[in-house]
Amino acid sequence: MNEIVEGFIEAIRLIVTLDPEVLEITVRSLVISLIATVLSAAVSIPLGSLLYLREFPGKGAVIGVIQTLYSLPTVIAGLFIFLLLSNAGPFGFLRLLFTPAGMVIAQTVLILPITTGLTIAALSGIGREVRDTLLSLGATEYQSILAILGEARFAICSALLLGFGRAISEVGAAMIVGGNIRGQTRILTTAISLETSIGNFSLSIALGIILLLLALGVNLSLALLGRWHH
Amino acid sequence: MIRASCISKTYRGRTVLDGVDLSIERGEIFCIVGPNGAGKTTLLRILDLLDRPSYGLLQILGEDATGSESVRFRIRRRMSMLFQRPVIFDTSVFDNVACGLKFRKMGEDEVRGRVKSALREVGLPGLERRRAKELSGGEMQRLALARALVIEPEILFLDEPTTFLDPESANIVNDTMVRLSRDRGTTILFTTHDLYEGERIADRIGVLMDGRFSQISEALEILHHPADLRVAKFVGFENILRARCLSWEAGEALLDLEGQKIYAISGGRCDGDVFVCFRAESVSVGVGEEPIASPRNKFRGTVTRISAFGPFVYITIHCGFDIVAMLTRRAMDELMLDLGSEVWASVKATSMRVFAGAGDAAKKTGTEKH
Repeated sequence: MNEIVEGFIEAIRLIVTLDPEVLEITVRSLVISLIATVLSAAVSIPLGSLLYLREFPGKGAVIGVIQTLYSLPTVIAGLFIFLLLSNAGPFGFLRLLFTPAGMVIAQTVLILPITTGLTIAALSGIGREVRDTLLSLGATEYQSILAILGEARFAICSALLLGFGRAISEVGAAMIVGGNIRGQTRILTTAISLETSIGNFSLSIALGIILLLLALGVNLSLALLGRWHH
Repeated sequence: MIRASCISKTYRGRTVLDGVDLSIERGEIFCIVGPNGAGKTTLLRILDLLDRPSYGLLQILGEDATGSESVRFRIRRRMSMLFQRPVIFDTSVFDNVACGLKFRKMGEDEVRGRVKSALREVGLPGLERRRAKELSGGEMQRLALARALVIEPEILFLDEPTTFLDPESANIVNDTMVRLSRDRGTTILFTTHDLYEGERIADRIGVLMDGRFSQISEALEILHHPADLRVAKFVGFENILRARCLSWEAGEALLDLEGQKIYAISGGRCDGDVFVCFRAESVSVGVGEEPIASPRNKFRGTVTRISAFGPFVYITIHCGFDIVAMLTRRAMDELMLDLGSEVWASVKATSMRVFAGAGDAAKKTGTEKH
């Protein structure tokens, strides 16, 4: 019991004094997950638009697969990217294994299904009549999809925030692909996992509090977005 | 402007349009009326090139509108459409109205000027900065109208533009239609299920029934000379009675109506079972002695029902069969009518229309109530 209380006190000291290691880990976590979210947005918004617009056989099945992958286990995503990036794998020559860039790729793959699926859902929520209105006002197909994306911007932002939340809180893929190397690929979740296993609870708790605060931040952003929208 | 022939549309196995022929001239205001589900919206969507017909030929603005997407896009840019439930984009009023101009890559100064005058035209001046979703329902419909007319379309389609509007907004929408046609020569097609709205605004009216036009002509013609029984019912002929044709000569039919002989004008030869139709306002009502200098069709009966309709009343007179007559309240008071009053009802032969009534039509048309 004492240990936990002491851990808490030490954790707060670490945060308040802006301990260099805590700060470094936090910033690295944020940067990796933010880049992963931006990359997944860059893929999922055009991809989601295309899937929403085009009718083709098996469209329902494709969307079904995407939705199933919402719950893609992080370790499986990690294993998959590990195999691709390892020296024996097809992209081994890029030397990305155990680098932040590799972790970005792993997290991007991990959250792509969520951001793509929710982008499709956001666009579908806009309804056919919006598209009819745009076409009748003389929009080209490209102009109309841009305008529909504009109408769906809040829902798409929510999708991206959810993706970011999943990226920053996952541990499996970051551990397998990043390797938790101190000063290079150590992020909040992998650090908590390691520090807990070696009994360094105060650092774990400090990092845990920060992670929770980030989750709170994401949640607050979603709520604000919702309120701003309505 | 528009030449459509044999336009048909099948949707999920159901035939929505079944051979529509239509020809609209430049600057004309054309109204499509018809019951719900008659295919009005489907027809407008096909004419605005949002949907393709299953069959049929369509020429708009001198071009074949059933061809390639690029031609259809070019034609579509010269038209616009106002939907029954307009979509308002979640941006400012200005951005909503400017939308179609931005699609056409128009310069900013001109956009600003055109948006301003379009908003003035629909009675929403100076609201540019307002968030569009905060407008009232009527204002939103007018905003959508401004957005549709700001691109100065050569043809404007409006799908039931006033159905959900308060009278003030409805008047603004209707006045704008008339002004556009008069001042800019815009060709206007709109749908409504309110025939009288069509009568006020339109040059011609087409009655769409079950996916094809039953009648296309001027409003008065449709109101008084419906082409068939279904149009007569749709345009509100309150009296639709079954009769037998006894003889027909030189456009005048002698009919047997429940044992009483009546005369009716009938352009076409008729025989056997028929329906005789006339409007409630064509019935004259009197009390006391049999009127002398009045039409040949006279019936004596009893008032069995009185129902108010604004400044008018509908009274049902039973004289072996039921006749509905429309009077002003004042006329009713002067005649001192009440339930059970004995009255004379008379109808001119020229006010009566006769339609063949054999087979299915006879089963469908039972008694008309009011």
